[in-house]
Amino acid sequence: MQHLQIIAAQWVAPKIDYFALAPEIVVVVGLCAVLLLDLFIDQRKQWLLTIVSSFTLLAAMLPVLMLGLSETSVRSMFDGRYVVDDFSLVIKGLFLLAGYVVVLLSSSHVEQGEYWRGEYWFLLLTSLLGMLMMASSRDLVSIFVALEFLSIPAYMLAAWRKRDAKSNEAGVKYFLLGVFASAVMLYGMSLMYGVANSTLLVDIAKTLTTTGDFAAVHALAVVFVIVGFAFKVSAVPFHTWAPDTYEGAPTPVTAFLSVASKAAGFVALVVLIYTAFPASQDVWQPFIWVLSALTMTVGNVLALKQHNIVRMIAYSSISQGGFVLMPLAVAGMAGSENSALRSVVLYMIVYAATNLGVFAVILAVSAKTRSGEISSFGGLFSYAPSLGVLMTLFLASLAGIPPLGGWIAKFVAFQSLLQSQSNWGYALAIIGAVNSVVAFGYYGNVMREIWMRPPPDGDVTPIVAPGSLRLALTLTSALTLVFGILPSVGLRFADLAEIAGAITR
Amino acid sequence: MNMLQDNNWLLSVGTFLPLVGVVVLLLMPKAQDSAIKNVALLTSIATLIVGVYTAFKFDYGQAEKLQFVADVNWISVIKSSYLIGLDGISLPLYLLSMIITLLVVIYSLDHVPSPGKPKSFFALLLVLQTGMAGTFIAQDLILFFVFFELVLLPMFFLIGVWGGEQRQYASIKFFLYTMFGSALMLVAFLALFFKTGAESFSIPFLIENGAGIAKTTQIWIFAGMFVGFAVKVPMFPFHTWLPDAHTQAPTQGSVILAAILLKLGTYGFVRIALPTLPDAAREWAPYIGGLAVIGIIYGALGCLAQSDMKRLIAFSSVAHMGFVMLGISTLTSFGVNAAMFGMVAHGLITGMLFFIAGSVKERYHTLEIAKLGGMLTAMPRLGWIFGFCAMASLGLPGLAGFWGEFPAILSAYNPAEGLNESTFRVFMVIAALGTVLAAAYLLWMFQRVAFGTAKTTSSHSSHDDLHDVTTHEWIAWTPLLIGILVLGVLPNLLFSVLEPAVQITLKAFGG
Repeated sequence: MQHLQIIAAQWVAPKIDYFALAPEIVVVVGLCAVLLLDLFIDQRKQWLLTIVSSFTLLAAMLPVLMLGLSETSVRSMFDGRYVVDDFSLVIKGLFLLAGYVVVLLSSSHVEQGEYWRGEYWFLLLTSLLGMLMMASSRDLVSIFVALEFLSIPAYMLAAWRKRDAKSNEAGVKYFLLGVFASAVMLYGMSLMYGVANSTLLVDIAKTLTTTGDFAAVHALAVVFVIVGFAFKVSAVPFHTWAPDTYEGAPTPVTAFLSVASKAAGFVALVVLIYTAFPASQDVWQPFIWVLSALTMTVGNVLALKQHNIVRMIAYSSISQGGFVLMPLAVAGMAGSENSALRSVVLYMIVYAATNLGVFAVILAVSAKTRSGEISSFGGLFSYAPSLGVLMTLFLASLAGIPPLGGWIAKFVAFQSLLQSQSNWGYALAIIGAVNSVVAFGYYGNVMREIWMRPPPDGDVTPIVAPGSLRLALTLTSALTLVFGILPSVGLRFADLAEIAGAITR
Repeated sequence: MNMLQDNNWLLSVGTFLPLVGVVVLLLMPKAQDSAIKNVALLTSIATLIVGVYTAFKFDYGQAEKLQFVADVNWISVIKSSYLIGLDGISLPLYLLSMIITLLVVIYSLDHVPSPGKPKSFFALLLVLQTGMAGTFIAQDLILFFVFFELVLLPMFFLIGVWGGEQRQYASIKFFLYTMFGSALMLVAFLALFFKTGAESFSIPFLIENGAGIAKTTQIWIFAGMFVGFAVKVPMFPFHTWLPDAHTQAPTQGSVILAAILLKLGTYGFVRIALPTLPDAAREWAPYIGGLAVIGIIYGALGCLAQSDMKRLIAFSSVAHMGFVMLGISTLTSFGVNAAMFGMVAHGLITGMLFFIAGSVKERYHTLEIAKLGGMLTAMPRLGWIFGFCAMASLGLPGLAGFWGEFPAILSAYNPAEGLNESTFRVFMVIAALGTVLAAAYLLWMFQRVAFGTAKTTSSHSSHDDLHDVTTHEWIAWTPLLIGILVLGVLPNLLFSVLEPAVQITLKAFGG
C-alpha cells in the first residue's frame, strides 16, 4: 500500500495538448451525442442522427486543417507515444473525408431497412475514432488499442443486417479471422517487448537488429506483426475473409471496410516499418516483396472470374492493396525511403476517392436493379448516361489510365521501385506492369456491360439517385479527375519529408 | 537545343479547344441532334483554324528547332513539366490530325453509325482529337504518356459501341494489346529517367544525356519502348489486334485509327526511342528492319487471302507501316524522311480507302468482295475515286504513296554507319518484292469491286440505294484527294519541312 502511495506521489500528470487532440475530441463528443439522441428522439426523427454524424466529421476536419496550418509542425505527447505530425494529419484528413463520404453513401441505405440506425452511426463513428488514433500512435500499446478500437465496431457493422444470413456470415468470418490476426500480432509484439524492454517504437528501433543473439527472435517478431496487419489489409495469402465479408456486409459498410479500414492497416504498417523496423529491412523487405507480388497477382486472377460486382470489387481491392505494398518492398533502400512513403500515402488518397465513387455508383444502380450481378449493369449508359460515364471514369482510374487519378498513384509507385535501382525493384515493377494490364480485363468487362450490352430485362426507367449519393458522386469524381490532371494537388499532401520520430538512417 | 517561345499559347489552345466542345456537348440535351452536330462541326473547324494559323506562324527557316515552346510547372515532385513544342517532324502530323478529325466530323453529319447517340459519338471524337494532337506536341515523356493513353478509352468505346458484330471482342483486344505495350513503355521511360540522373523528363534533356547510358542498359530500356511503340504501329508480330479493330470499327474509327493512331507508334520511335538511345538503336536496327520486311510480305500475303474489303485494307496497313519502319530502321536521314513522308501519305490514302469502304458498306450492305462488282457502271464517281486511291496506295509515281515507299526502299541500300550493309540490301530486295505484291492485291481488289456488272445479292434483292457520292462525302473527301495529288506532284512541300528536323534528330548517327 505504502509502495503504491510512493508511486502515486511520484506520478506527474502528463501534459495534454488539447489542440492536438481536438479532432479526436470532436468525434468523441459527436458519437456520444448520437448515442444519447438515439435514446430520446422519436423513431420518425431518426434522420437527425445522419445530420449529426456528418456534421461531426465535417467539424472534426476543422481542427485538422488548423493543425495543418499552424506553425508547430510536430506535437508529441506521452513521451512520443502519441504524435501529431504532417503525416498523421494528412491521414486523419483522409479518414474523416472518407468517413464523410461513407455517411453520404449510408444515409439512404440505412433508412430502407428496419434496423437500428442509432447504433449504425455510433459504430461508424467509433471505428473512425480508432482510425484517427491509429494515425498518431507511435507505441505498440496504443497501436494495438487503436486497432481494436477500429476493428470491433467494424465486425458489428459487417453483421448489421442481422436477419440476413449472408450478413451474419460476413460478420462472423471477419470477426474470427480478425481476432486470430490480432492474436498473432500480439504475440509478435510481446516478443518485441521482451527484447527491447519498451513498447515505444523508437526504442524498439534502437534494439532491433538482424545480428546478435536475438536475431531469430527479432525476425520472428517482425514477421508476426506484419502478418497481423497483412490480415487487416487483406494481403494474399491472408485475404480469404475479404470477398465473403465484402459481399455479405451492407454495401456502404463494404465501402468503409475496403477503403478506410484498409487504409488504417496500411498506416500502421508504414508507421511500424519506418519507426520501429528500420534496421531489420533484411527481414521485412523480402517478406513484403512476396506479399505484394502475390497480392496483386492472385487478387487480379480471381477478380477475372467474378460475376458479382461487389465480389469483383473485393478482389480488385485486394489487388490494389498489392500496389500499395509495392513500394514498401524497397522502402529500406537508399533513395527510395521518401518516395516509398509518398507513394503509399498518395495511393491511399487516390484509391479512397476512386473506390468510394465505385461504391456510390453500385449503390445507385442496385437500388434500381435489386441485383448484385455484373450483368445488371447492362445498358446502363443508355438509360442513366451520367452514372455510366462516372462508373467508367472510376473504373478507368482504378485501372490506372491517364488522365485519371489512378495513373499518378501507380506511376509514383513504379517510380519508387525503379529509384531503388535494384533488381528486386525492377522485377516487382515488371510484375506490377503486367498486373495493371490484366486488371483491365475485369474493369473493361464492366465497362463493356455499361456501354455495349442491352439492359438485362429491358427495363430502361431512368435512375434517380438520392441527393446524398449525388453529392458523394460529385465529390469523388471531382477528386478523381483533379488528382489525375493536376497530380501536384495530391502529391502536395503525399510529399512528406518523414514520419516524425522516425530514426534517420 | 534552341527553343523559340513566341506565341506559346497557340499549341495549348489548338490541343484543348476540342475539350471545350466536349464540355458544351455534355451540357446539351440529348434530343437536339442537329445542334449537337453543329457544335461538333464548329469545334473542329475552330481547331483546324488554330492549327492552320500555327502552321502559318511556324518559322520554316528554323524547322529543326522546337517552336511555340511553353514550359509550365506541372508535377514538380516527380520532375515532370508541361513542356510542349512543335518542330518540322511534329507539325505535319499535328495538322493532319486536325484535318482528319474535321473531315470525319463532316462525314459523320449524316453517317452517325448505329446505334446513334450522336452526343457521345461526337464527344468521344473530340476527346480523341485532344489526345492525338497532344501526343504530337508533348516534349516531356510523362506528358507524352498521358496523351498517348488518352486516346485509348475513346477509341475503345468508338469500336465497342458503334462497331460491327464482333465489336466487343475487337475493342477489348485493341485495348489490352495497347495497354500492355504502354505499361512496359512507362517502365522504360522511368528507367531512362533514373539512368540520366533523375533530373528531368524533358525529351530535349534526355536526348542530350541518354547517349551516356551504358550500352547494355540502353538495349533493355529500348526493349521496353520498342514493345510500347511496336504494338501501336503495329509491327509484326504485335499486329494481330489491327485487322480485328479495323474490321469491327465504324468507318470513322477506322479512318482515325489508320490515319493518326498508328502514327503515334512510328512517331514515338523517331521522336523518343532513336535519339535518346542511339547505341541501342544501332543494335536494334537490323531486328527492326527484319520485322519490318516480314510485316511487308506478311501483310501483303494476308491481303491476298482476304475476302472482306475492309479487312484487306487493314492488312495493307500492316504492309505499309512495314515500309515506314524499314525507313526508320536505316537510321539515315534519307530513310527517316521517307518514313515521315510515308506516315502522312498513308494517313491520307488509307484514311480515304476506309472512307470508301464505309460508303460501300452503306450502299451494298456488305463488304464481301465476291458480292461486289460493277461499281464503275453503277456509281462511276465512287468507282473512279476508289481507283485513284488504290493507285495511290500501291505507290504509283505522281501520287503521295510513291514518296513514302520508294525512298524507304532505296534508303535500305545505304544504311547508317555501323549497320551491316548486306543485311539491309537483302531487306531492300524483299521490300521491293512487297511492292509487287501490293500492286497485285490492290489491283485485284479494284478489278473485282469496280469492273464487271453489278451483281444482285440474295439478302437485298436489288441495290436500290446505289446512289453516287453525296455532298457530305464530297466535302469530306476532296481535301484528302487533293492532298494525295499535291504531295505526289510536289513532295518537297513536305520534305523541306521534315528534312532539317530529321537531320537534328539523327545527329547521333552521323546524318
